[in-house]
Amino acid sequence: MNIIVPVKQVPDLVEELEINEDGTDLDRDYLSYKLNEFDEHALEEALLLKEEHGGTVTVIAFEGEDTDKALYTAIAKGADRAVKITNDLPPGTPNHVLAKALASVLSGMEYDLILTGVQAADDRDGQLGVLLANYLDVPHVSVVSGVAPNNGAVTVQKEYAGGVMAEFEVDLPAVLGVQAARQTPRYAPVSRVRQVMRQAEIEEVEASDTEAEVGSSIRRMFKPEKGAGAQMLEGSPEEIAEQIIKILQEKGIKK
Amino acid sequence: MSQDVFVVAEHLQGKIDDVTYELLGKARELAGQSGGHVVAVLMGSGIQDQAGSLGAADKVLYMEHAALENFNPESYAKALSHILEQNKPRLTLIPNTSMGMDLAAAVSVKNNLPLVAYATDVQFDNGQVVATSQLYGGKINVESVLEGDSSVVSVLAGSFPADAGKQDGSPAVETVAAPDGLDQTRVRFKNLIQPEGGDVDITQQDILVSVGRGIQSEDNLPMVEELAEALGGALASSRPIVDNKWLPKTRQVGKSGLKVKPKLYFAVGISGAPEHIEGMKDSELIIAINTDPEAPIFEVAHYGVTEDLFDVVPALTEKLKS
Amino acid sequence: MASNKLSIDPDQIIEKEHVVQEGMDISGQWNRMFEQRVIWDYNTEMLDKVTALEGGESLGYCYQCGQCVPVCPVNLVGDYGPRKIFRRVQLGEDLFQSPLLWQCTTCMNCLRVCPKEVDMIQIMPAVRQEAVLQGYVPEELQQAFENTFDYGNPLGESPKKRAAWTKDAGVPVPIMKEKKKADVLWFVECYPSYHPRGIDASKALARVLNELGVDFGILGVEEKCTCDSQRLAGEIGLFEEFAEQNIKTMKRYKFNKILVTDPHALNALRKEYPKYGGKYEVVHYTTFLAPMLDKLNFTNKLNYKVTFHDPCYLGRHNGEFEAPRQILQALPGVELIEMFRCRENSYCCGGGGGGMWLDGFMADHVSERLSERRVREAVEVGADVLAVCCPYEVSRFEDAVKSTGNEGKLVVRDIIELVVEAMGAN
Ligand SMILES: Cc1cc2nc3c(=O)[nH]c(=O)nc-3n(C[C@H](O)[C@H](O)[C@H](O)COP(=O)(O)OP(=O)(O)OC[C@H]3O[C@@H](n4cnc5c(N)ncnc54)[C@H](O)[C@@H]3O)c2cc1C
Repeated sequence: MNIIVPVKQVPDLVEELEINEDGTDLDRDYLSYKLNEFDEHALEEALLLKEEHGGTVTVIAFEGEDTDKALYTAIAKGADRAVKITNDLPPGTPNHVLAKALASVLSGMEYDLILTGVQAADDRDGQLGVLLANYLDVPHVSVVSGVAPNNGAVTVQKEYAGGVMAEFEVDLPAVLGVQAARQTPRYAPVSRVRQVMRQAEIEEVEASDTEAEVGSSIRRMFKPEKGAGAQMLEGSPEEIAEQIIKILQEKGIKK
Repeated sequence: MSQDVFVVAEHLQGKIDDVTYELLGKARELAGQSGGHVVAVLMGSGIQDQAGSLGAADKVLYMEHAALENFNPESYAKALSHILEQNKPRLTLIPNTSMGMDLAAAVSVKNNLPLVAYATDVQFDNGQVVATSQLYGGKINVESVLEGDSSVVSVLAGSFPADAGKQDGSPAVETVAAPDGLDQTRVRFKNLIQPEGGDVDITQQDILVSVGRGIQSEDNLPMVEELAEALGGALASSRPIVDNKWLPKTRQVGKSGLKVKPKLYFAVGISGAPEHIEGMKDSELIIAINTDPEAPIFEVAHYGVTEDLFDVVPALTEKLKS
Repeated sequence: MASNKLSIDPDQIIEKEHVVQEGMDISGQWNRMFEQRVIWDYNTEMLDKVTALEGGESLGYCYQCGQCVPVCPVNLVGDYGPRKIFRRVQLGEDLFQSPLLWQCTTCMNCLRVCPKEVDMIQIMPAVRQEAVLQGYVPEELQQAFENTFDYGNPLGESPKKRAAWTKDAGVPVPIMKEKKKADVLWFVECYPSYHPRGIDASKALARVLNELGVDFGILGVEEKCTCDSQRLAGEIGLFEEFAEQNIKTMKRYKFNKILVTDPHALNALRKEYPKYGGKYEVVHYTTFLAPMLDKLNFTNKLNYKVTFHDPCYLGRHNGEFEAPRQILQALPGVELIEMFRCRENSYCCGGGGGGMWLDGFMADHVSERLSERRVREAVEVGADVLAVCCPYEVSRFEDAVKSTGNEGKLVVRDIIELVVEAMGAN
């Protein structure tokens, strides 16, 4: 099975996010980027499928800060090919545009399955995978946590609330939005990443179509108000414990 | 072009999900502003009588088809696309749930409609739809203006009170014919898999002590369990704990877990990702322990402690026991 | 496995009428002999896998004298030690996939007593590196590796906040990027930059350096983890990546020596960085301060019974046993009492060689944490302060003080915190 995993760099939430002067974007000068954690799961699931059933895994990313590192790391984990889309699509580009660009690149490639992370921290205009599937006109299922090949199709599990799952059979090619791989995403030893950096090549392609109608624009970004937030309890652990017990007593939860 | 506000009803195993009522309540308010009607879109097979529970809507558009008996990302998207194409409502609200995720982005492309996702609020502002999304792990709110005279907003569950949308009544039910070829899908529903039963039902507990990744290791779980016992409650958790198989899936609170409304929700080492908050924000009293003062859990908590949980939890357990 | 001989094979027992050895008839009434035991009767596949590695060779030297076992800190709370590892590998255990691989803290107490120089400090990283490459890495450790690669520190903290602690240090802490040149480059390291208790010690050292008028600077956000413990835990690539970065950074500045708070950084900068072209004079802060004590004015009498835990990477690995003791003894009111295991035979806190990130894993293999054992030893000698000078130790021992129920009996202090306390307010 030939699997394509489009991955996206998102602002690393370890850093404090600041908003730019006109209040319509993050202050990107001070951001650092990290591979979307759900994309890590998509890649892991792809690698597991390849190990079990053969085939290839191709990782595709948009050029940007630290993209090369993410792609080399993916190769170090076992991906066969890494492709970088070189159009000028800065971080924060709406998913409609990214999905359209991806679709134009993918339509020239052969694949059975596209695995994406189910969502990313900056999916303002909808999830990339579903948009992509619809531009490509292939079937999709999102919030997937189990994939198994089944006679030219795949059987997938989609998670609903309350632990209920639905099982679907999906014809290939298809796009799946991966929520969790069957195992924790594997480790890429740094010596291997360094070796890959010296030896492997990242292919570069230009997307032919980056025109998508987004139909919405950001008017304002702001941090959620803390005002209504929690009243902070302070003191030693024992003092805090006493305050908590008092609150529980007041609310009639504990006598 | 209409001024109507459409709400896509979500249902599983014959039961309308609460998020539908939340959206209906909001839609009432919005339709009042736009001067249109509230229309609930119900797609399924043999569930026409469910329309009666959608009394907050002026009208229910009901599409009946065998291919809609169970949710299917392809047939449902096709059906919804067909309905929106015919009606061109001013605004369509879709739950930003597992099912809704497969619909909203799909109709956005199919019908060329603007979409804003992860919304916690929607307003009309000078005749324009303005949606506020919760992005970047809940750390940043983004206000978007949606262009055009028809658009889609997918709304996070728990954003609005469900009560406002829970009205019995007998809205006009209009049956819509299914588009051709609805059963010719490349995605086929097989079956539902129920979670393993036999465990405590956390939705029925008055007191929940919920642990997150801050607990670091399975070995530390008994420490929190002891607190739960001392409080007379049960142990729940965020998803990573379940992913690690430290607790069964039936203990998971949140988007892909269970929605809980206990009298006390005690969050221990949980950051408060939107997917988690979705499942617990309606708790009557929320107390959170988290070393990170910026953790979003403090936005929904009533009381917060920014100390190490490994100090506070044992201290509290001890005090409760004595 | 082909033939694991646990007892003597009957075929090897021979009865002879006459026994002649080197031309002499030594026959007696009882002429039973054993044929020479053939040690290659063992299937050496697993041992060969280890000894074939660069650094793994010396495991094969073990002749099982067993000296290492009683001095192994892990054995004291578990079932461990080089001889036992050798034996189990000889019997066919695959060390690469065995939990044995991750318990060694590379404390080096075994090498000290080993007549054959079986060197766990070489063997462990070599085998672990292979294991990491093959994907056998405990999850907690993997997280620390990933954090280090992503953020330059194993805690997963923002690299931009590496110097944030200096803001409320109360004294100036110059950054080399602005200063360019200083007598002393203070390499702060990760735990002293981010861990709240590490920060306490960093602030204390900053104060003392200012008091002494030392011309110093730190690298701030440009500093990256030296990764010595990650190297010993098998991530040599990570070590090299950051060694190259740190060396490149330090090349930009002029300084005479490097001062470190962390003995693990001392070890890396002193012994490993030269292999990558970074040659420096490196001193631990205790070594640096010991000769300058007369320049400090101690106005506060401490009245503590202090016992000192020798950090493995300061003492055994780098030969400094005296400086910390000199400092402690110079503090007014401090009575220094030694624990039974001290100096060359000091116990280990359990944090070295990756142990810092294997807490949950270790818990499955030991009866109590090494840090807990050590804290009980400190309490037993009647100390009320356990003095340390390695940033791993403060957090480990404070936790152990709690978990062993010794709160109120013993406090854990970095030596530099005691120095500042003795200097009195302001
Ligand atoms: C479709 C979908 C569905 C999802 N469904 C769910 C769901 O149902 N439920 C759910 O929970 N998640 C769900 N998630 C995952 C969610 O996005 C988060 O990843 C998850 O909730 C994070 O869990 P956490 O808070 O335990 O971990 P983290 O985000 O890692 O937070 C751990 C917290 O512990 C704190 N901490 C660390 N050490 C200490 C200490 N010693 N003392 C005190 N505090 C400490 C840290 O500051 C941190 O804030 C879903 C995601 C998706 C995409």
